[in-house]
Amino acid sequence: MPGKLKAKIVAGRHLPVMDRASDLTDAFVEVKFGNTTFKTDVYPKSLNPQWNSEWFKFEVDDEDLQDEPLQITVLDHDTYSANDAIGKVYIDIDPLLYSEAASVISGWFPIYDTIHGIRGEINVLVKVELFNDLNRFRQSSCGVKFFCTTSIPKGYRAAIVHGFVEELVVNEDPEYQWIDRIRTPRASNEARQRLIFLMSGELQRKIGLKVLEMGGNAVVGYLQCFDLEGESGLVVRAIGTACTLEKLSSGSGTHTHPNTAPASNACNSPSKDGKEPVFGEDLPSSSGPSTPFRALPTSSSSPPPFSPSKPCSRQSSSSDTDLSLTPKTEMTQSPRLRPGIFLCPSSPILSTDTLSLPGSGTLGYGHYSGLRATTPPPLASTHSDSALLRKSVSFTEDLLLAASGMGSGSMGKDAGPLKTLLRQQTQTALEQREFPFFTLTSFPSGFLLHVGGVVSARSVKLLDRIHNPDEPETRDAWWEEIRQEIKSHAKALGCHAVVGYSESTSICEEVCILSASGTAAILNPRYMREGCLDLGGSDQRFEDPSPSSCGFCHIPYDELNMPFPAQLTYCFHCRRQKVPDVLFTTIDLPSDAAIAGKGCFIQARLCRLKKKGQGEANATAISNQLPFMEYELHTQLMNKLKLRSMNALFGLSIQISVGENMLLGLASATGVYLTALPAPGGIQIAGKTPGDLNTEQHILNIQKRINDTIAKNKEFYEVNPPKLFALDPEVFCGTNVDLTEEVVGSPIPEPRLRSRLFRSHSESSDELSELDLSHGKKDAFVLEVDDTDAVEDIQSLLTDASPPKGFYSCNTETMPGIYNWTSALQMFTSVRVLRLSNANLSNQALNKVFTDLCENLLKSFYFKLRSMIPCCLSHLVFSVAVPEEDLIQVAVTAVAMTFDKDQTQDKPAEKPITKGCSEAEDQLQFSLELCTDSSSINSQSSSKNSGVPESSHLSTRAASVDYGSFADRCSTWLELLRLKAHTIRRGSVKTISSLEHSSPLTDGRSRSLRSSRSFGGSSVSVVKMTPLSFLPGTRIVKYVGIINMFFIRETTSLREEGGVSGFLHSFVAEVFAMVRAHVAALGGNAVVSYSMKDCVLMENPNKNQCQCLINVSGDAVIYIRETDQEVTGSTANIRLSCTSSADGAT
Amino acid sequence: MAVELDVFVGNTIIMSEEVYQLWLDGYTVNDAVKVRMEGGVLDEFDAKADVVLSDTMDQYRTFQMCERLLHSPTKLANQLLFQIPPHRQATLIERYYAFDDVFVREVLGKKLSKGTKKDLDDISAKTGVMLKSCRRQFDNFKRVFKVVEELKGPLVENIRQHFLLSDKLARDYAAIVFFANNRFETGKRKLQYLTFQDLAFCAGQLINNWTVGAVDNMVEDMDVDLDKEFLQELKELKVLITDKDLLDQHKSLVCTALRGKTKAFNEMEANFKNLSRGLVNIATKLTNTKDVRDFFIDLVEKFIEPCRSDHWTAADMKLYLTHYTNSAHILDTFKHQVVWDRYMGVIKSCIFKMYHD
Repeated sequence: MPGKLKAKIVAGRHLPVMDRASDLTDAFVEVKFGNTTFKTDVYPKSLNPQWNSEWFKFEVDDEDLQDEPLQITVLDHDTYSANDAIGKVYIDIDPLLYSEAASVISGWFPIYDTIHGIRGEINVLVKVELFNDLNRFRQSSCGVKFFCTTSIPKGYRAAIVHGFVEELVVNEDPEYQWIDRIRTPRASNEARQRLIFLMSGELQRKIGLKVLEMGGNAVVGYLQCFDLEGESGLVVRAIGTACTLEKLSSGSGTHTHPNTAPASNACNSPSKDGKEPVFGEDLPSSSGPSTPFRALPTSSSSPPPFSPSKPCSRQSSSSDTDLSLTPKTEMTQSPRLRPGIFLCPSSPILSTDTLSLPGSGTLGYGHYSGLRATTPPPLASTHSDSALLRKSVSFTEDLLLAASGMGSGSMGKDAGPLKTLLRQQTQTALEQREFPFFTLTSFPSGFLLHVGGVVSARSVKLLDRIHNPDEPETRDAWWEEIRQEIKSHAKALGCHAVVGYSESTSICEEVCILSASGTAAILNPRYMREGCLDLGGSDQRFEDPSPSSCGFCHIPYDELNMPFPAQLTYCFHCRRQKVPDVLFTTIDLPSDAAIAGKGCFIQARLCRLKKKGQGEANATAISNQLPFMEYELHTQLMNKLKLRSMNALFGLSIQISVGENMLLGLASATGVYLTALPAPGGIQIAGKTPGDLNTEQHILNIQKRINDTIAKNKEFYEVNPPKLFALDPEVFCGTNVDLTEEVVGSPIPEPRLRSRLFRSHSESSDELSELDLSHGKKDAFVLEVDDTDAVEDIQSLLTDASPPKGFYSCNTETMPGIYNWTSALQMFTSVRVLRLSNANLSNQALNKVFTDLCENLLKSFYFKLRSMIPCCLSHLVFSVAVPEEDLIQVAVTAVAMTFDKDQTQDKPAEKPITKGCSEAEDQLQFSLELCTDSSSINSQSSSKNSGVPESSHLSTRAASVDYGSFADRCSTWLELLRLKAHTIRRGSVKTISSLEHSSPLTDGRSRSLRSSRSFGGSSVSVVKMTPLSFLPGTRIVKYVGIINMFFIRETTSLREEGGVSGFLHSFVAEVFAMVRAHVAALGGNAVVSYSMKDCVLMENPNKNQCQCLINVSGDAVIYIRETDQEVTGSTANIRLSCTSSADGAT
Repeated sequence: MAVELDVFVGNTIIMSEEVYQLWLDGYTVNDAVKVRMEGGVLDEFDAKADVVLSDTMDQYRTFQMCERLLHSPTKLANQLLFQIPPHRQATLIERYYAFDDVFVREVLGKKLSKGTKKDLDDISAKTGVMLKSCRRQFDNFKRVFKVVEELKGPLVENIRQHFLLSDKLARDYAAIVFFANNRFETGKRKLQYLTFQDLAFCAGQLINNWTVGAVDNMVEDMDVDLDKEFLQELKELKVLITDKDLLDQHKSLVCTALRGKTKAFNEMEANFKNLSRGLVNIATKLTNTKDVRDFFIDLVEKFIEPCRSDHWTAADMKLYLTHYTNSAHILDTFKHQVVWDRYMGVIKSCIFKMYHD
């Protein structure tokens, strides 16, 4: 019984008129949690009711606290007929469940109705009293913090990074239940909303449990998605990176000395040694976390560490030759691996057997799921669906897995909860090690050594027709399979970890494409205690001191046995090790990477027709197309990269969406020129049939245009590598080792790689003098103009307009080459749906349509945001879908940020580093940097300290005496801030009520009261939103909770609401409003890492109907302006900062 | 290849004042796009028509959604749907409630009723203001009128607080409300030369001096109606023209003061009795609602027109009225100095304002 939830309904405002006769409303409120409901009195005849209710108290399990939302329903009392619902508010109380976050939820929430949208607002107070539950068999995981941010949150230090956590829960979709035929759309929508709230609560709780078992206290890079599988159900799944986080600012002095920081949570964790590695002493530059994951346990009970690697590599290399028309395709293995399907024809054998497990009711599987989660999936059900799909390389392993999994699985089922729990305990440890994946995209310095390239896997599945929510094993197995494949790809690249990992799906009818991608990497073994053994060899191998600015570029794989054809050269920076000619990654650009010029948003688009089909034939057709699509996307990316004379891609994400009659592929990334890598050659056009004068002239023309474009781009992005390389000493003294990734293709046997790497190192040092600087035309990329396809390709290459002057764009967290952000900020969501009017389009015409759609979107962003110039569109996230036949939907969320133009013109030499330290902007801010940061500010020696990284570390130590006091100050400051925020909120309430009273019949006294309120004083606090993990010019002082919301909106009067556009426009605005209201109620003033995961639109204009589902998430935070830091302490200043920051958002 | 749906929503409201003005002016989306393109949006930015169209559509939708809130501007500040920076809120409101002088000139003093609303298309055709814009402006007048009508306290202040308008705009609305409430006749041909600003100024004078609130603003009463007591007292001024001695005395005082100071002296002297009779008659008739309505037309007919036909300059007018007013104080048998001042103060400034071509 460990929790008491208290809620108080204060007031409402702007309610809709429910009684036409009186133009008023008799409103009352129902407050529901779980199965308990309370009601307020009816407040008659008012649009601004003041209920001021008592505290409604719910005594509940903390398990329920995590799963259930508080549900507030506002109704209009009707004496004679049924009460009419005005709308609802769902409040996720999770943020109240951990001690450091919000202590109370209090504020105005929009009252939301799925048919009418927002209908007024309601003021609510919610509190939770939590009693500690020390029961180790508990099912709740209160206290585990969740962050959407894909880096270590500001103000925290990662003591331990435990590794990958995943979970999924399945349920029937209420929209597809029989009851849906007889209930109203409103009831149906509400059932669905509530269910998804419940499911994501449950999911979070279960992930939390896993984290607790691992000994962690937080999940970073939490990515939760919905799969609306239609008939077959509703899947909510999530992945994340479990960490043990320690708070920097509010903590006492303990954290200031990293070497004494206790691994407080480690007692439960697999790593029992309790003693943290002493980073501080031998590696002063890194305060980074240790990673206790042991990638591949050797114990017999666990899956063997990828035993069949040799045969596999043979397989894939043979397929390599098939596809080796690819000029240096290093990016995706999947094309090569795909033929594996045919090489493993035996897999379908297993498809006959289907396990059916006893079900125990839709929601009842909570107890059981612990088992499910930790049990390797029974094989049978997997294969029943995947018969037609390519079996990945890890086939044998799957068998083994399945064998052990099935046995234990059935046992656990019979044995009841206790045994389940036992199993959980023993198995999770193994499970965790199974996938050395990290959902983070930026890392503490020194965490990553080398990057192997992008690894990705896709698989096409048929959704099961007969749905049994108690058997999510199928879905688990699907993902398991994909993850195994990813792991094996990484291994093939000589890497033992995957970073920047993410998963996604695309569903059309019964076909589902599962995709996973990440970046293979080698992590610093220093941070991997225990794991080193399994990973093979001694640590020293890795200790080559590569400069941080280029170390991540050095190849991790074997030079003599390269997985793919690539041209290796010696690093242009250190000249000691080999680097590839091009590098593709899914992570952010490491902050100390040496680059030239600015980054640039690059997109490859592809649209392919497909025959309509059903069932397996359809799935086969799709899976046959996938490799070609990936190949084409990759070629496009390469060409576009070269056209911009850049040599590396960061933040690469490739999305493939399936529709009934077409497949869409969209690859987005941020191109950058890494000075460690060779300069890209140009693009040469060659005709196949020389002699034809016309053709030759044509080719010459094209060649000229291409050359011009390259030159123009070079100028625009200020790519001027050799000079920077020579003149910029700072780039060498970047503090820490970073990682980037290289684009790597196919697998190579792993053990050999190790030694190779070692050898290549020694070789390289000898050959230093041989460095070839005469890169250039010799490796020019040749495009042959021999058919219309190629012409199209080239055309499309050249149609990409570069952004107008003053605009830059990227899809990563920070724009490479821009460091001096100013504070103006505009987050936006844009959705466009195109109807293909012509049914018989060719692939090419379709491509053109799709490309134009994306290009036009970008153009219209530039146009709309032109007032912000100079400005950068950051974190441009495109998501494509084919909602119906002949419809293409593109949804984009991004943020426009202004920067100071003048500063960009100087060399970024000093700026990046200084900024990096002082603005808390980059993700590499781990404890020491942050401490330095704060301490330097505290001790008023800011500028000196932050200048050069080395010195800043020294100063950290010197200043450590101050930490205690700083922390104190900081916390009091925080208190004050909160107090202030509180009073401000209160104040606003008062203002409003006074306004209310002063309506028409005011007396003279209230006149003066009213006149004191100018229209400048808006009573709604400003909430900033950004998809990035930081707000420029500010400092995040507190994370107040994760925001994860799901809304449905439906209309039966589409025309009256302004058509689909009008409908969606107001819905998106409403979603923003509800997010802001929740953040404000938590005491926050911004959302970071905001993203719109889903936007599913279903329209039926003929019936005048439309329905839309939107899922958004982010981290609610409290930030303060940077400039206010020095004046902390006085309330006046706090108020100042509050108001000024509010203004800043304007 | 039809764009089925196209939306762009920012966390903070995205608007351009140019498009807002086009929307307010009643342009359709397509016309607005045309205007924008002609206005050179394209030149500075490589934007195609479809980009401008999409941008215009987004903004038009935003404005439409905001319109409901703009009807009660105080809501705009504490609504949650749109995040609008305070200065933007002010702009939105101010512009929404702004009006075209040509339009308001047409409806000034008319009853803000459905009947008038039906005539809006005529007005639109006459003034060149688009019908949509006419409707918005008319509805604004009506809305403000309705809210303020029953309120106590200073009119301008009430408007400013309820509609969060700037001082200038609040004053203009006060004038409109005041005109509508008292149904002053402004549409006669003879009054056509007067601009809205002329009349608004006069209304301000009337509000500030002739209403109950003007005397004692601690008194809780309406600003919209003229002070009945005062109007009654005005009858006493009749003595200035009915008492022959007084009239002559007054005339000689004024003439003495004016002599040699103006070229129009002869005309002034000749017309004195007429003019004085005109002004005092206006004063004495104001208890009559009908005559209140004709206040401006009377001023023009009885005073301004005769002066104009005698080619008085504005300076002459000023001089004359100043002495005319002041001389009354010297008349020892004239006991109504306070009422006289209150009356003539307003008349003076009204005529100054109205005396032009």
